Amino acid sequence: MTLGPSVGLMALATRTERRTEPQPSMTRIFWRSTVGKKTVMALSGLIMLGYLVAHVMGNLKIFFGPGEFNAYGHWLRTMGAPVLHHSWALWIVRVGLLAAVIGHAVSAYQLSRRDIKARPTAYVHKRPRASYATRTMRWGGIILALFIVWHILDLTTGTVHVGGFEEGRPYQNVVDTFSTWYGNVIYIVAMLAVGLHVRHGFWSAAQTLGAGNARRDRALKAMANGLALVLTAGFVSVPVAVMTGVVS
Amino acid sequence: MKLNLRVWRQQNTDAEGAMATYEVDGISPDMSFLEMLDTLNEDLILRGEEPVAFDHDCREGICGACSLVINGDAHGPERTTTCQLHMRSFRDGDTIDVEPWRASAFPVVKDLVVDRSAFDRIIQAGGYISAPTGSAPEAHATPVPKPDADSAFEHAECIGCGACVAACPNGSAMLFTSAKVNHLNVLPQGAPERETRVLDMVAAMDDEGFGGCTLTGECATACPKGIPLPSIAAMNREWLRATRKARR
Amino acid sequence: MTYPDYADYKVGAPIADTKAPAGPVAERWARRRFEAKLVNPANRRGHTVIVVGTGLAGGAAGATLAEQGYHVEQFCYQDSPRRAHSIAAQGGINAAKNYRNDGDSIHRLFYDTVKGGDFRARESNVHRLAEISVEIIDQCVAQGVPFAREYGGLLDTRSFGGVQVSRTFYARGQTGQQLLLGAYQALSRQIAAGTVTMHARTEMLDLIVVDGRARGIVARDLITGEISTYFADAVVLASGGYGNVFYLSTNAMNSNATAIWRAHRRGAYFANPCFTQIHPTCIPRTGDHQSKLTLMSESLRNDGRIWVPKARGDARPPNEIPEDERDYYLERIYPSFGNLVPRDIASRAAKNVCDEGRGVGPGGQGVYLDFADALARLGRAKVEEKYGNLFEMYERITAENPYDVPMRIYPAVHYTMGGLWVDYDLQTTVPGLFAVGEANFSDHGANRLGASALMQGLADGYFVLPSTINDYLARGGFETVDPSDPAVSEAVAATQDRLKRLLAVDGDRTPDSFHREIGEVMWEFCGMARTDEGLRKALSRIPQIREEFWRRIKVPGTGEEFNQSLEKANRIIDYLELAELMCLDALHRAESCGGHFRAESQTPDGEAARKDAEFGYAAAWEYRGTGQAPELHKEDLVFEYVHPTQRSYA
Repeated sequence: MTLGPSVGLMALATRTERRTEPQPSMTRIFWRSTVGKKTVMALSGLIMLGYLVAHVMGNLKIFFGPGEFNAYGHWLRTMGAPVLHHSWALWIVRVGLLAAVIGHAVSAYQLSRRDIKARPTAYVHKRPRASYATRTMRWGGIILALFIVWHILDLTTGTVHVGGFEEGRPYQNVVDTFSTWYGNVIYIVAMLAVGLHVRHGFWSAAQTLGAGNARRDRALKAMANGLALVLTAGFVSVPVAVMTGVVS
Repeated sequence: MKLNLRVWRQQNTDAEGAMATYEVDGISPDMSFLEMLDTLNEDLILRGEEPVAFDHDCREGICGACSLVINGDAHGPERTTTCQLHMRSFRDGDTIDVEPWRASAFPVVKDLVVDRSAFDRIIQAGGYISAPTGSAPEAHATPVPKPDADSAFEHAECIGCGACVAACPNGSAMLFTSAKVNHLNVLPQGAPERETRVLDMVAAMDDEGFGGCTLTGECATACPKGIPLPSIAAMNREWLRATRKARR
Repeated sequence: MTYPDYADYKVGAPIADTKAPAGPVAERWARRRFEAKLVNPANRRGHTVIVVGTGLAGGAAGATLAEQGYHVEQFCYQDSPRRAHSIAAQGGINAAKNYRNDGDSIHRLFYDTVKGGDFRARESNVHRLAEISVEIIDQCVAQGVPFAREYGGLLDTRSFGGVQVSRTFYARGQTGQQLLLGAYQALSRQIAAGTVTMHARTEMLDLIVVDGRARGIVARDLITGEISTYFADAVVLASGGYGNVFYLSTNAMNSNATAIWRAHRRGAYFANPCFTQIHPTCIPRTGDHQSKLTLMSESLRNDGRIWVPKARGDARPPNEIPEDERDYYLERIYPSFGNLVPRDIASRAAKNVCDEGRGVGPGGQGVYLDFADALARLGRAKVEEKYGNLFEMYERITAENPYDVPMRIYPAVHYTMGGLWVDYDLQTTVPGLFAVGEANFSDHGANRLGASALMQGLADGYFVLPSTINDYLARGGFETVDPSDPAVSEAVAATQDRLKRLLAVDGDRTPDSFHREIGEVMWEFCGMARTDEGLRKALSRIPQIREEFWRRIKVPGTGEEFNQSLEKANRIIDYLELAELMCLDALHRAESCGGHFRAESQTPDGEAARKDAEFGYAAAWEYRGTGQAPELHKEDLVFEYVHPTQRSYA
């Protein structure tokens, strides 16, 4: 038998006191919160999305022949000149992208761990849940991370490139990569993953940043689908063109 | 109707649980799902077995006590509460899986009963307007635009059943939390505590071990009261606004 | 087996409300508040108050007492204070705001309530209720309760049964939910502040009375089964009504009478137990499996026409019964009010036609509520706009589409006007024990008007009790309760013994089977129409059921765990005693008034006949032991402002 208290222990409180202890800083509150981490993911995702849009536009220059494509590749290194030194602008972009990737990945990792912990027991009765794009966010993200590593080793550093990597001749390098079956497979699978990831990610980022509401929902979904389609089609058109001999 | 039930049985929080199979006969299509379980329990008692524990009270879809995952769906196949689900939604000879809400923030108490006190603690963190009895101004002193009043009501309809958490693959309580934040923050009476309310409630939600939101939309699909998914985006907006504006 | 004659009760000394001040009724509440002693704010922290229940009355009382500086220990059997059954109230809450400028006033609300209660309520209490009604709306709006509003941003109101003004504030069909969540949120704020200690899933099983004063409770932790004692300087019961004694009612499944019945056994008088309200428009039961009944808003009677076939046992589908073979019995018997007669009259008429064998649906326990005329006159769109959500709810439960076939309705128990006797301060006959909300008997007399239950619960919880309890606490003299005091150990031992006994019987009948049985007896003999003969039959039957209960009950499991069968069985023990008192009260009150209809007391045209000279009192019963005739104490009711008249609706 336990005995309940016979007298009240609490101080007189005609008004509720809030926050007597020192409060953590806003940065800390932001990073500790799931909503804050999701905001980091949304912003870094949007940065990467912007980059992808620029990237696909550059890629499509391949259809205008090696001269224009290689010149575009060269310009990437001279952009910002003469204010900036050779390649500086490119490095600034790279550092920014790296920060976005790290922010995105760290938040995703921490949130995923938390999410898995929050739901330790699965239901015995299984049924399909949510849309395909939603369910593949985690695996899609990991696939894309691995792809980026391969992609850089293949076409930026040339480390794993086959057929004689030559800096400054991106056109030939691209044609080499897409002349192998596995190069095509890896690339096309990754680009499909990009599509799915962007499809849910863009709409989701809008919600996280508070831009979503009932009236805007259809427009946001249409934009997400449009972006996903344009990016995937744009990227995939290059290996398809190489395979079909349109680009050689 | 004759049915095969597979029901989660678990003696207490610390015990291991497992699905147990029962056959029930003579079920009328006019019975509610809970009345079907009552029938099973009457049989079990007379057979000297322990009846299946489940939470229920008003049985008219408003108290939020009932909480069964039926064939993988929180509250079963219809968009309503378990107590308002009727056996005519099933067919003679069906096998029905009945499981408790699954989330680490909702530990199983016994069989199909879970502990949802985490929801109470989220409300305690700020889900109120500080208006001590007797201090209220005349009700008509502050008119509230009808669209705001309607929006507040739409969110205030939440019955705190936890289906959103049960349906979410991340065990996230964002829909529950956003319903209360949006109910109070849209009203002029709620404005003085607008920032602290959302920051404190989100922090409490995170502290309880709920997962983060990945916008799968499962919560809004499962919600028997139709709290809309954009409610989450609206709370994110409030939260981001509060991190900018809060005076601490 | 022979039992003591329960009906052989004694009439004891009359009882009087000594707390209501004399003088003009409109000044009594102000005077009482001024005359009541106060507790110095600095001294309030030293007082603990126990509140049992977290509905409108309990939630509001707990939050307000804590705001005033008291420490509150609050209890509810549900897993969260937010689930109390106040949440299920649909229609609205009355308040004499006169926002419509339609002639409403505090005096009119007072008048309507006294008259609606068929002159069996106290004038001073009802007037206070009407005064406070306006403050309630202000308070709830400040808390963020989303009442319906007009386009100008001001509050909307609607009219409700039995009154001629539009004074009912509402939040769609979920007014109770919204008001309850307001109180729950206010309570949550105090829980966070540490001024309220909340014990959810903890059920009060006995009252501890030390030296003649209520000083604590015995409660069971429903998860672990642990029996604990909690001590305080005052105990407030806000545990709701006892309609579940009928088994089938619109109450929540676990709503129960244990807290008030245990308090009654410890000395609190129980007043007017036979005053139950039976609501005419509920969805009928579909079979023996039925576990509870669902209410449909009474507004449906504005456009629906109620009928049954003229011929007995007419099994044809309703649409095949021609117009001249239908009996629109309310329109026939009450030509001027027709389908809009008050609740009690509509309910009784439905029972009568079903008793004649003309009821419809499974078991013949239903009448048609037909919208065919309304659909033809108004068009489907208009009907849908007015009643769409109700039609949808009806279809979900019955799988019948009311646009095509008439609805079937039947009356069901849904509110109990009786309860623990309290004085003007809401204090029971046990000093230090208070009762608020539906748990007390105070304000509705023999019949409650629509949208008045929410008003009374919140008035008691937010405004009345937090003022009047000071007077008791200020008188001081609260020694710390010694846990080894014989009164404490006796209460704990009695509780433990009761549970042990339940588990030990190991019979062959389930708790529900007994609950159903007592419910059927009550519905049959102490339901809509009561007779001397029937009530005596019930009084002879109840002790037999009680005896059988203790011989044949089967409760699986143990007491040291989460055990819903044990919870149920323990509540049934109290129903088996309370049912007896209800029947006795109904038997002794040989008049008809409000929800209490005695077949022997009707006017020549079959209406309820009140006998003011003989029964113009509240009947407060004193407990004398299980099955022993209780003692009756009469509180004479004086009407200085609203003079009793006989109702007529023909």
